[in-house]
Amino acid sequence: MNILYDERVDGALTRVDQAALLAELRTGIPDLTILYRREDLKPYECDGLAAYRTTPLLVVLPERVEQVAAVLKLCHQRKVPVVARGAGTGLSGGALPLEQGVLLVMARFNRILEVNPAGRYARVQPGVRNLAISQAAAPYELYYAPDPSSQIACSIGGNVAENAGGVHCLKYGLTVHNLLKVEILTIEGERVTLGADALDAPGFDLLALFTGSEGMLGVVTEVTVKLLPKPQVARVLMASFDSVDKAGRAVGDIIGAGIIPGGLEMMDKLAIQAAEDFIHAGYPVEAEAILLCELDGVESDVQEDIERVRAVLDKAGATAVSLARDEAERVKFWAGRKNAFPAVGRMSPDYYCMDGTIPRRHLPTVLQGTADLSQQYGLRVANVFHAGDGNMHPLILFDANVPGELERAEELGGRILELCVAVGGTITGEHGVGREKINQMCVQFNSDELRFFHAVKAAFDADGLLNPGKNIPTLHRCAEFGAMHVHQGKLPFPELERF
Amino acid sequence: MTTEVAQDAARDQDLGAEWLDRVNAALSAGRPLHIQGGGSKGFYGRPVEGEAFDTRGHRGIVSYDPTELVVTARAGTPLATLETELAAAGQMLAFEPPHGVLGATVGGTVAAALSGPRRPWVGSVRDFVLGCRVITGEGKHLRFGGEVMKNVAGYDVSRLMAGSLGCLGLITEVSFKVLPCPRHRLDLRLEISAEDAIARFAEWGQQPLPISAACHDGSALMLRLEGGEGSVADAHRRLGGEVASAAFWSELNERRLPFFADPRPLWRLSIGNDRRLPALPGDQLVDWGGAQRWLKSDAPAEQIRDIASAAGGHATCLTAGITDSPFQPLPDVLMRYHRQLKARLDPKGIFNPGRMYAGL
Repeated sequence: MNILYDERVDGALTRVDQAALLAELRTGIPDLTILYRREDLKPYECDGLAAYRTTPLLVVLPERVEQVAAVLKLCHQRKVPVVARGAGTGLSGGALPLEQGVLLVMARFNRILEVNPAGRYARVQPGVRNLAISQAAAPYELYYAPDPSSQIACSIGGNVAENAGGVHCLKYGLTVHNLLKVEILTIEGERVTLGADALDAPGFDLLALFTGSEGMLGVVTEVTVKLLPKPQVARVLMASFDSVDKAGRAVGDIIGAGIIPGGLEMMDKLAIQAAEDFIHAGYPVEAEAILLCELDGVESDVQEDIERVRAVLDKAGATAVSLARDEAERVKFWAGRKNAFPAVGRMSPDYYCMDGTIPRRHLPTVLQGTADLSQQYGLRVANVFHAGDGNMHPLILFDANVPGELERAEELGGRILELCVAVGGTITGEHGVGREKINQMCVQFNSDELRFFHAVKAAFDADGLLNPGKNIPTLHRCAEFGAMHVHQGKLPFPELERF
Repeated sequence: MTTEVAQDAARDQDLGAEWLDRVNAALSAGRPLHIQGGGSKGFYGRPVEGEAFDTRGHRGIVSYDPTELVVTARAGTPLATLETELAAAGQMLAFEPPHGVLGATVGGTVAAALSGPRRPWVGSVRDFVLGCRVITGEGKHLRFGGEVMKNVAGYDVSRLMAGSLGCLGLITEVSFKVLPCPRHRLDLRLEISAEDAIARFAEWGQQPLPISAACHDGSALMLRLEGGEGSVADAHRRLGGEVASAAFWSELNERRLPFFADPRPLWRLSIGNDRRLPALPGDQLVDWGGAQRWLKSDAPAEQIRDIASAAGGHATCLTAGITDSPFQPLPDVLMRYHRQLKARLDPKGIFNPGRMYAGL
């Protein structure tokens, strides 16, 4: 079973003649930029998940909404699949092209249309970078809260499609919590407004449904995001622990004490060492785990919370607790964490990032299970963890040049995700299913639930032309994956209770 | 059976299997169901022709771990029971749902998605829904989302269910994100006009202030501050105002303030928070820092809706029998996708048909 689009299990696609479609697009939309030569298509063959590559049939780079609508209408008529792409930073292959499909690149929609400080919103085109919104709002002391690690490059349209998160989700929410309105085009090229300038809109909450739908239901053409006043101060505490379990328990203790930190991150020994080698953030390399706890808000509350958190950490058995002395040190503490992925990248030719989320109380079980699997597969795993909201990012270290190692890394990753599902968690907290976790969806959802998802899809795209093969697997794929997966009638992790 | 449940309503029980049978029977017979919990939101939406389906029997908190900030409860669980349990652990449903005179249930709270005074600052009902179980139009009992804060696997069906008025399936269980109760709280009253109040709301909204409710009741600006003791005291010094009664906000949320006694129909206008409204054809109460306006008015629905639309929003009539469409009609294309979604998820049309819009 091929992980790239496999018509046998993912569904048959219409045969399209590249020259004929190109001619038709040129006639119908004369001023549209279209790439069709092999060397021009090459740069678009993957997104942030570079292990998966497919050359698209055509790449279109529209600049006006009317062009997008015309492309969609034509593709709908001709039954040509369409994959939308923003900045292409996604980590799950959500913007992986199709050999028989058009890649619709929204990157040229890069204008900030309005920043309204009194209304506390910004109206932007989908290709605007996440960080650019906060930069545009900065003169008003406002900002856009969700901050995925790729915020310098990722675009807001992609953030909506993936319901992107970041390190401040527990307190400030995901993309879905920070949107007022999106304009979309359906596969039929019809314009629809979801949400409103007001805090709610009549009808079903299609804004929530579309957020995180991975380009399967419509194409985002404009986004209105909420802006928040910048917190007056932010301080960060770093705590060292001699065991990962203790650090995990400390997280629960902080939240149990009624404190919602702005950010609460955990790293294990391997991640600490990688980050320290790379950034020299001042991390304790001998520690088994560290917690970074950021408290933000009004000065006096932050002061009070620092003392409370410090007491909780001491009681939880932290071997050392230090408060960043000033803004420079705060930034340094965070730089280690924010560069953890590239830092791990320096230790190994390749790494593979997982995104499971679990109820935090199961952290020791899942970390132990991950360590066991790591040993079993003979691949090192560094753990970086949005501890506050239970979102784990195990980084599997491997070398793609060693035959079979990529496959082993993928299989190990799959097993870690299944472990997350087994304790009542999910295979993806913020990176999306995309193509990468399409098989693990079969573990998380049963066939009736998948049928329900297919029914949702059919209400907006009955022909299945938007991003086929992503997000929701076919029942056929799951049947085949299941048959491959259950060895000798045994489920993985038989020792775990099923939820 | 139903009588027995009514007599022993306080007992936690799992009627999931029985409900599934009942829905399947209704599906086979093509018999619509009128889903009802506590009945506290009978005023909300259009009348439903169908067999009454009382959800109060399926009740009880399924799991609650305060350190995870998550609670899961069955649909028929009284909201009051749930909130009492949370309060005992120093936590709350931050969206402040109304209870109504008859007492709301968890299922109805999610289906109607009415949020209280804290909504603009912390989020709405759907913002706190993490997962749900639903009996579907295919007669299956399914689970979507879960008990984790971040989950982007599959479509976000649980948030879609919030505010769907039971038209897309029978909600049987919900997981909510909960928050710690604020450490300190102060209720204030400032004697200024509604117009001045709206200007201040806009100004304050751009500053990091611990505001958790802001309204103008027709005579004064009412403000609630929540946070640490220091920040609340600081904000009080900066913003001024006399200390007022804490009961005001629940009176507002339950619509028991004198304003609501006016016999004219009650409308709710949800508008852009920076928008100015023309003189309204009736009396208004400004809520949600300007983004929600309660209006008592005899004016025709079209007139009220035009005003709300011009301000980037919409108007809902909360008095039964005034208009055939209490919710603002949708643009044609959007309505078509609503119908298609309904047809796919509830092909037999048995779940609360017509509650939201005619034919849906």
